[in-house]
Amino acid sequence: MMRADLELIYDWVPEGAHVLDLACGDGVLLEALAKHKGVSGYGLEIDHDGITGCIARGVNVIEHNLDDGLGSFCDNSYDQVIMTQALQALRRPDKMLDEMLRVAEEGIITFPNFAYWRHRVHLGLRGYMPVSKSLPHAWYDTPNIHLSTFNDFEHLCRDKGLMIVDRAVGVGDHRGHWTSRLWPNLFGEIAIFRVRRR
Amino acid sequence: MPDSDTLAFADRPTDTVGLVTPHVAKFDTPLSLACGKVLPEYELIYETYGTLNAERSNAVLICHALSGHHHAAGYHSEEDRKPGWWDAHIGPGKPIDTNRFFVVSLNNLGGCHGSTGPVSHNPETGRQWGPDFPMVTVSDWVASQARLADHLGIAKWAAAVGGSLGGMQVLQWTMVYPDRVANAVVIAATPRLSAQNIAFNEVARQAIRSDPDFFEGWYAEHDTVPKRGLKLARMVGHITYLSEDAMGSKFGRDLRSNDLNFGFGVEFQVESYLRYQGDTFSTAFDANTYLLMTKALDYFDPAATQGGDLAHALAPAQCPFLIVSFTTDWRFPPPRSRELVDALTRAGKSVSYANIDSPHGHDAFLLPEPRYDAVFGAFMNRAARDLKLDQAAAEETP
Repeated sequence: MMRADLELIYDWVPEGAHVLDLACGDGVLLEALAKHKGVSGYGLEIDHDGITGCIARGVNVIEHNLDDGLGSFCDNSYDQVIMTQALQALRRPDKMLDEMLRVAEEGIITFPNFAYWRHRVHLGLRGYMPVSKSLPHAWYDTPNIHLSTFNDFEHLCRDKGLMIVDRAVGVGDHRGHWTSRLWPNLFGEIAIFRVRRR
Repeated sequence: MPDSDTLAFADRPTDTVGLVTPHVAKFDTPLSLACGKVLPEYELIYETYGTLNAERSNAVLICHALSGHHHAAGYHSEEDRKPGWWDAHIGPGKPIDTNRFFVVSLNNLGGCHGSTGPVSHNPETGRQWGPDFPMVTVSDWVASQARLADHLGIAKWAAAVGGSLGGMQVLQWTMVYPDRVANAVVIAATPRLSAQNIAFNEVARQAIRSDPDFFEGWYAEHDTVPKRGLKLARMVGHITYLSEDAMGSKFGRDLRSNDLNFGFGVEFQVESYLRYQGDTFSTAFDANTYLLMTKALDYFDPAATQGGDLAHALAPAQCPFLIVSFTTDWRFPPPRSRELVDALTRAGKSVSYANIDSPHGHDAFLLPEPRYDAVFGAFMNRAARDLKLDQAAAEETP
């Protein structure tokens, strides 16, 4: 059973694609993609247990700090670059987006939507920094240094002249209620974007 | 056909391969070397640990580093104080698990631990080979290792594994015999030496060659050994194997006695340590072998014949790779491993890479470390699973 956002991404990766999975965790997505869709590629990870997990599964993983950029990967050398739940932890998310779309024509990005209604309740009504399933850390020890909303990311893509091919939201373990499709910025807990260079 | 050298061994830890006995394989088919010379015949000394399965699919080749040899694990006698040089990683339940793998570890050609080398008898002259022993390279070693595999009836290694210069041999295997290696583990290695690496090697060689007891390599005929030169060579080498932090925490500026004595005797603990390491090595290792091994290191550069394109050089490789580096290794630092990883990804090869936090510098590849062992073990377990080794073992025992 894969995380809800990973299941959606799984469907968005074409058969036989060559992909980079940034912050690939223990490699569940890449393993499933390799096994059932003939997808090849590499995961990049910095977490020690994640790296060992990938190696144990037979998933190619490279220890790499995403804040160092993707300089060692050539232009257009992959079909897709995937990055799940890492955008908000990067020093410069905007530069990573450039890097992803230098290495591949298409990128898939997921991140916690800070404008999710539960987060708004936390901050707006209770006056505390939101803590939720998608944002489990306290404000002082969170690795999430660049939180953004569904709308913020759309803005960034527009500013960069990127084409949004698909967008979706995840709520908890489900792919999203009708309300989240109608008002993603309010009802989407996890934002999922598929973007392309124009 | 050697089955296993391992015996039960009462007073040792249970995760050892126990008492082991080396074997010698004789080869009389001439071996053409990269330098243009031909070795008419030669011997390779090797040890094995674990049991070769009926399919002969569980053999792991261990390639040794600069001053290494065939004795990688276990003990030669009950009196042995120390086990083989890689005992931390070879044995029952260890990353190279001898419960499922059959491990082959040899001394390379040109060595001084039992394989044909400068201290061997030259059949053409009736003298010791000495400095006449031809220059051997990583590719010559791999060619001779392939003949050893033939001799043992091993068509394909389950894995070829090596650290440092041993890692270079593993790389060479994957490029020259891609269909004979199922998995490759390259630890604390580099695809080519840097100018600084070659410079350190040259200091070591000059130390040996300028020793008055060297006699242009014919020291044996003068009943002597260039001890001072070898000692210096080892001292320089040893500095490059340790990290600054490791040396600092081990010795600091500690003195052997309480006071400075304003002389050139041994005063600091680190001086004492280096002299001890150098002295021990100078009586245990052959100077001509040391010269040859350092040249083999310097010469290795598979990208050179491909216009400097390492990815192109690695194109023939077929197997999954595990590349491991250590954060404080300044002899072959992490960026050198990363260079290799990047070439492999550019070539579209299957590769995983871990950069292990260790204070021990280059020597870290020899030592146990929880994360290193976890990564190494995970790769070897996956290799065993893909080769269906546990399944085969289960079928053999009714």
